[in-house]
Amino acid sequence: MFAATDRNRTNDRIQRRYRNVFLGMTLLLVLPVLIILGLLVVRGGPVLTAEFLFEFPKSGMTAGGIFPAFLGTIILVTMGLVFSVPLGIAAAIYLSEYAPDNWLTRSINLAIINLAGVPSIVHALFGVGAFVIFFGFGTSILAASLTLAIMALPVVIVATRESLQAVPHAFREACWAMGATRWQTIRRVVLPNSVSGILTGVILEVSRTAGETAPIMFTGAAFFVPFLPQTIFDKTMALSLHLFVISTQVPGVPEDFPYGVALLLIIIVLSMNALSIGFRTWLRGRKKW
Amino acid sequence: MRASLSTDRIDRAWIVDRIVQVLMFLGGISAVVFIVGIFVFITREALQFVFSRFDVVEFFTSIRWAPTSTNNATYGALALMVGTASVTGVAMLVAIPFSLGAAVYISEFATGRSRETLKVLVELLAAIPSVVWGFIGLTIVNGLIIDVFDVPIGLNVLNAGIILGLMAAPIMTTIAEDALKAVPDRYREAAEAMGATRWQMIRRVVLPAAKNGLVSAVLLGVGRGFGETMAVLMASGHSINLPTSPFDSVRALTATIAAELGETAVGSDHYGALFTLGLFLFLITFLINLTADVVVRGIRNS
Amino acid sequence: MNGSESILDVRDLSIAYGSKTVLSGVTLDVRENEILGIIGPAGAGKTSFLQAINRMDAFNASMKVTGTLNFLGRDVRAWRNAYALRRQIGVVFPLPVGLPLTVYDNVAFAPRLAGKRSRAELDEIVERCLRRAALWDEVKDRLDSLGSLLSGGQQQRLTIARALSQDPVLLMLDEFSIAVDPVTTMRIEDVLKELRQEMTIILVTNLVQQARRLADRTAFFLDGRMVELGSTESLFNGETLFPETRDYIEGRFG
Repeated sequence: MFAATDRNRTNDRIQRRYRNVFLGMTLLLVLPVLIILGLLVVRGGPVLTAEFLFEFPKSGMTAGGIFPAFLGTIILVTMGLVFSVPLGIAAAIYLSEYAPDNWLTRSINLAIINLAGVPSIVHALFGVGAFVIFFGFGTSILAASLTLAIMALPVVIVATRESLQAVPHAFREACWAMGATRWQTIRRVVLPNSVSGILTGVILEVSRTAGETAPIMFTGAAFFVPFLPQTIFDKTMALSLHLFVISTQVPGVPEDFPYGVALLLIIIVLSMNALSIGFRTWLRGRKKW
Repeated sequence: MRASLSTDRIDRAWIVDRIVQVLMFLGGISAVVFIVGIFVFITREALQFVFSRFDVVEFFTSIRWAPTSTNNATYGALALMVGTASVTGVAMLVAIPFSLGAAVYISEFATGRSRETLKVLVELLAAIPSVVWGFIGLTIVNGLIIDVFDVPIGLNVLNAGIILGLMAAPIMTTIAEDALKAVPDRYREAAEAMGATRWQMIRRVVLPAAKNGLVSAVLLGVGRGFGETMAVLMASGHSINLPTSPFDSVRALTATIAAELGETAVGSDHYGALFTLGLFLFLITFLINLTADVVVRGIRNS
Repeated sequence: MNGSESILDVRDLSIAYGSKTVLSGVTLDVRENEILGIIGPAGAGKTSFLQAINRMDAFNASMKVTGTLNFLGRDVRAWRNAYALRRQIGVVFPLPVGLPLTVYDNVAFAPRLAGKRSRAELDEIVERCLRRAALWDEVKDRLDSLGSLLSGGQQQRLTIARALSQDPVLLMLDEFSIAVDPVTTMRIEDVLKELRQEMTIILVTNLVQQARRLADRTAFFLDGRMVELGSTESLFNGETLFPETRDYIEGRFG
């Protein structure tokens, strides 16, 4: 009797010890990053003034602001969305609603996995070989955003497919039984009930593409452009590349400048992610069936 | 009886459905087109170099990567491969214990709100862009390594490994946690009914059952570390070296392409050599992803 | 009242999923304005039989149908537009399926597919079908709430209203009472008694007594074949030649 409780107590202690070990590992993973983020806020925060955001760089990027880079990132991300969202949604609809279980479907799935896993610098090489040289777009916003779009395609496909498949199969069967075609079923019942999930994926894509550097650095983003782009065949600056440039390539940049750019990038990316997480939580709480 | 056979004709809805099906199919097939396109266009640019100048033995055994040398250009990628491997190796030493530990904690110990919070935090960590990680390596980790280990330069294998480890860990945690969550609760209940403690249950039942998922988490982490570009470029010191200690600077395959592509003339040997490196990277990551996929498929079938 | 003209003529029907045959050699006819009951234990092939009639095999690559199913004089697989075929046939499922659309849009779904756009016409159809399905009084004040959030019994009547909105030649019900309360079941049975004046009904049921109450003729399916088909009266009066039928009707298995 006593022996038993003793053993229980020892067990409890061992239990707690293991629990704490694993908690410690989790915190060790999370805490350094939080400390680093804190540091970025402390050093980069004061840099992020309205002038910094909306002025052109001056004196060889050692003074002034980052407006062309800021705007360039927005343009690249938006155009990337324009290319990848329709294509990604179509691919997801095909995979979820039409695709039979055959070798071709398996190849498509494998291609998506690989598209997501190919190193970003390889995407950059593809962008150079295909868009810049073969299609003759030159190093341009067009070539860079196409490269970004292909790189981000798996994000849209996977998120969209997941939210389409979350719509119960019984709804489809009920529509089909009434004589609706597959497309009528998709348009009237499946898509309206997955549009918020798709939006979550799109926001995630924004956060992914906003910080990408390698895929755009040889396809359309430039170290320094003294004017704003006029057409999609112009080059542009971008925040991510700007951070790389002013922290490694240009002497004499005020020490806190790159902290400000890094912080701005993190703010963009994290707020997009937080938005998509919040959206998802809201969705989960809203019962439609 | 209503004369209903007359409705049996091809109508607008039928035609629209067919057209849409074709459009959606084109969307689906685009992923295959792109992956083939990546292979074709990179090969296309690498081809001339491969046939004129490429030497397999030199590529895999020489550590001399000197493409800009005017009279004796050499294209030995061994040092770059070792650089990538060493950085990825250190990254895995950092990432595997912490990400698997975190996955076990989140899946098996944490409950309710703290679990959700941790998952959200991990997800946010995964979102930090690689160029920001590179900057962190360049400044914060660099300073730390110089102070702690009293070495002259903190941009080395250790730095890039730590950065890469922190970058890969969130994804690995997420996948590993998915794998643990996929273990049916009845296994846990059975183990508990037999009087196993929580830790015994995890070690004897949950971890073995989730083995394949954990392996594929590690594989994807390796793939991520292998293909990472900007962070490694900025944190590794970017000098050609066969490292003998974690404090040596190295240069990675990806970083070499990123650093040199801008300075080469289209069609030159150097340009072709960089695309050849890219082709090599593409094939390796293709293999890693394929393996991870097969391993995951193994779970589903069992 | 029962016309003798057959609207569905099934000859030597067999259904398989991959290599597994679930129904074989079924030959029967469904006559205009009758209620044909189909009884039999789970796994007898009743649901697959209904799915073959409205060509749901088109959405399931592993489902293989052989034999002939003449509907209105043409084999269902010879119909060029299977969607137009399905518009003639209303289906009610075992589990209620209120679509995640408003109650109004649920019932207006099929008429809209058929090209009806006028608000007045749709209003009329929605009200008429909901009334016929004995649901109007409960939902008339909340036609714009989600059909998928109604109670189970209400959703099942909504499904019936939806089937009626197709103005079907044939109405097929698949164990409609399996997930609804007895009161709803009785109300739906009353609805069906009225509907037989206007359409032909195939009633697959897990309740032997339901077939007895409603069906003009009853077929007994067992283990992937049709054991027999006869008038409901004769079947339940013990005039059957097959001991399995008697045993099933008397509740010895199933």
